[in-house]
Amino acid sequence: MTTVLTYVERDGDTLAKPSRETLTFARSLAEAHGWGLDAALVGDPTEGSLADLRAQGVATVHALVHDHLDDDAAPAAVAEALVQLHTQLGPGVLVGPGTDHGAEVMAHVGARTDLPLAANCTTAAPADGGGWDLTRVRWGGVLLEDAHLEADVALLTAAPHQTAAQSAGAPGAAELSTFKPELDDALHVTRVKERATRGGGISLATAPVVISGGRGVGSAEGFGILEELAELLGGAVGCSRVATNNGWRSHNDQVGQTGTRVAPDLYVACGISGATQHWVGCMSSKKILAINTDAEAPMVTRADYAVLGDLHELLPALVEEVKARRGVG
Amino acid sequence: MALNILVAVKRVPAPGAKIVLTEDAQRIDTKHLGFTVSPHEECAVEEAVQLTGQHGGESTVLTLGPEVAEEQLRTAISMGINHGVLVATDDEEWDAIATAAALTDAITTLEAERGAFDLILFGNESADAGNYQVGVRVAHALDRPVVSGIKDIEVTGDGVTMKRAVDDGFEVMQLPLPAVAAVKEGINLPRYPAMRGRLIAKKAQIRHITPEQRQGGLSRVRLRHPQQDQTETQILGTGAEAAPAVARIFEEVGLL
Ligand SMILES: Cc1cc2nc3c(=O)[nH]c(=O)nc-3n(C[C@H](O)[C@H](O)[C@H](O)COP(=O)(O)OP(=O)(O)OC[C@H]3O[C@@H](n4cnc5c(N)ncnc54)[C@H](O)[C@@H]3O)c2cc1C
Ligand SMILES: Nc1ncnc2c1ncn2[C@@H]1O[C@H](COP(=O)(O)O)[C@@H](O)[C@H]1O
Repeated sequence: MTTVLTYVERDGDTLAKPSRETLTFARSLAEAHGWGLDAALVGDPTEGSLADLRAQGVATVHALVHDHLDDDAAPAAVAEALVQLHTQLGPGVLVGPGTDHGAEVMAHVGARTDLPLAANCTTAAPADGGGWDLTRVRWGGVLLEDAHLEADVALLTAAPHQTAAQSAGAPGAAELSTFKPELDDALHVTRVKERATRGGGISLATAPVVISGGRGVGSAEGFGILEELAELLGGAVGCSRVATNNGWRSHNDQVGQTGTRVAPDLYVACGISGATQHWVGCMSSKKILAINTDAEAPMVTRADYAVLGDLHELLPALVEEVKARRGVG
Repeated sequence: MALNILVAVKRVPAPGAKIVLTEDAQRIDTKHLGFTVSPHEECAVEEAVQLTGQHGGESTVLTLGPEVAEEQLRTAISMGINHGVLVATDDEEWDAIATAAALTDAITTLEAERGAFDLILFGNESADAGNYQVGVRVAHALDRPVVSGIKDIEVTGDGVTMKRAVDDGFEVMQLPLPAVAAVKEGINLPRYPAMRGRLIAKKAQIRHITPEQRQGGLSRVRLRHPQQDQTETQILGTGAEAAPAVARIFEEVGLL
């Protein structure tokens, strides 16, 4: 039987959200053709991640076990382990999450097997006459591409935020199986030697509200009032590439195609025009509020709410209003 | 140690707020657009200029694309890159396998002439195709270590320390040279080319290499726009007087 093998990542005790999304994507492909759904992960799965794998309908969970495979493993080593496991299971589909790590591991799988890899897919199915028909995301999410993948084995990554993670109708056995790959020492070279954790603060990616500023903010100091508002609301400050390029903000704050994708309850875009490359970073927000002097700015026409005026006038008044309602200051 | 560094960049259209597709849905309509490279690649160029500035040595920028992609090579040269190499194709986009194979061939040719590149820098992903793999494929073909998502590079003796950005900080890796990295925007702030750089770039000789096209495996059928919900924008006001209305929105979404 054909197997859809899915590479998954843990996040603490449970499966990472993009991995659950990827399993749901992989399962719809497997179910449509009566194929099996297996998962592979580095090291021994925790109880919580096994529960997630069962809920996703996974039949067999392959734990990749080797001295070189741990949290600091080199992506090339993980890829080689996946290639060996996949070869043993027989031809089919190998899919990974379209996260930074997943994309890097799958790129190594593509390089090691010399097979084509379709990145950031939203759908995939076997094509009449061989190969695979698929749809994938391009330009960071603004465009879709229908494409044909000419290969017996489909190597895919699943586009993040495109398939909502859903439990299977019937849970899977998630039977645990240990796979011990043979890994060359040369694969060890790019393993992580050290980690440096960024301290504290509310992370841009998970903040419930993001107050973002662009060219209209005008200066690094101009972000002070955005900081104040974000802090009052328990949110984070974001920015556009113009703000980063002018040295007003660190790139860690940049929202967009080459920055962070955010999906807060409310995204407040202050003096940001709404170029596609910025838009893809904030379009998944539940609600968007644009503050802009230009009623024609794409950010305004696409937003749920807008204030058509100078952000330097509105934001101080807004901070006072919020403080008054909070009974602060 | 003087460094010999190569940077690979890809010419892409620079759309603004709306992307218009050609009638056959095969590409973006570029009639009214300028062209650029991915911000990741712009940073890779800047990194090469800074590293050769610190350690001495030379840098080369390489692209696979149509004749007009010389524009992007010249921009890189105006920022301080020493040499430009165009792997000339027709105007069709090549997939990741075909691109990586042709870039690998070109790199092998260049290295036979002037010695191995200590570092080869790629962008983390191309702006248009977003394949997330060309750099890894080239590194694998050249049998060199490669890491992606790099936000810091420091060359030390015969090795290089690279930092990869992860959600809550950095992962640090120590690689032997020669090595390959796919870098991300944020690794530096790219400079704005000075007048002198632009004059040098204008006159620079661009080396042309004619590639062989390897069959890749991923081919486009059509491009299309995803479905978008049409939202009616609710205007809350025009200035400071809108503050109470905005605060009510904060309440509605549960922030107050
Ligand atoms: C491949 C690629 C990737 C990119 N990736 C990203 C990315 O990840 N993130 C990103 O942000 N950009 C990215 N960009 C850049 C993007 O195309 C735009 O250039 C950028 O987003 C514009 O930033 P902005 O909206 O701040 O500036 P502008 O486009 O100049 O807009 C400024 C806005 O502020 C308004 N304004 C001015 N003064 C005021 C005021 N006093 N009060 C209220 N409003 C005011 C103006 O009306 C205008 O709408 C990328 C570009 C490319 C080519
Ligand atoms: N046509 C090309 N010419 C030169 N470099 C390229 C080309 N396509 C991709 N690259 C490089 O490979 C990186 C990754 O591209 P991709 O795998 O398409 O996401 C890019 O950021 C570039 O550095």
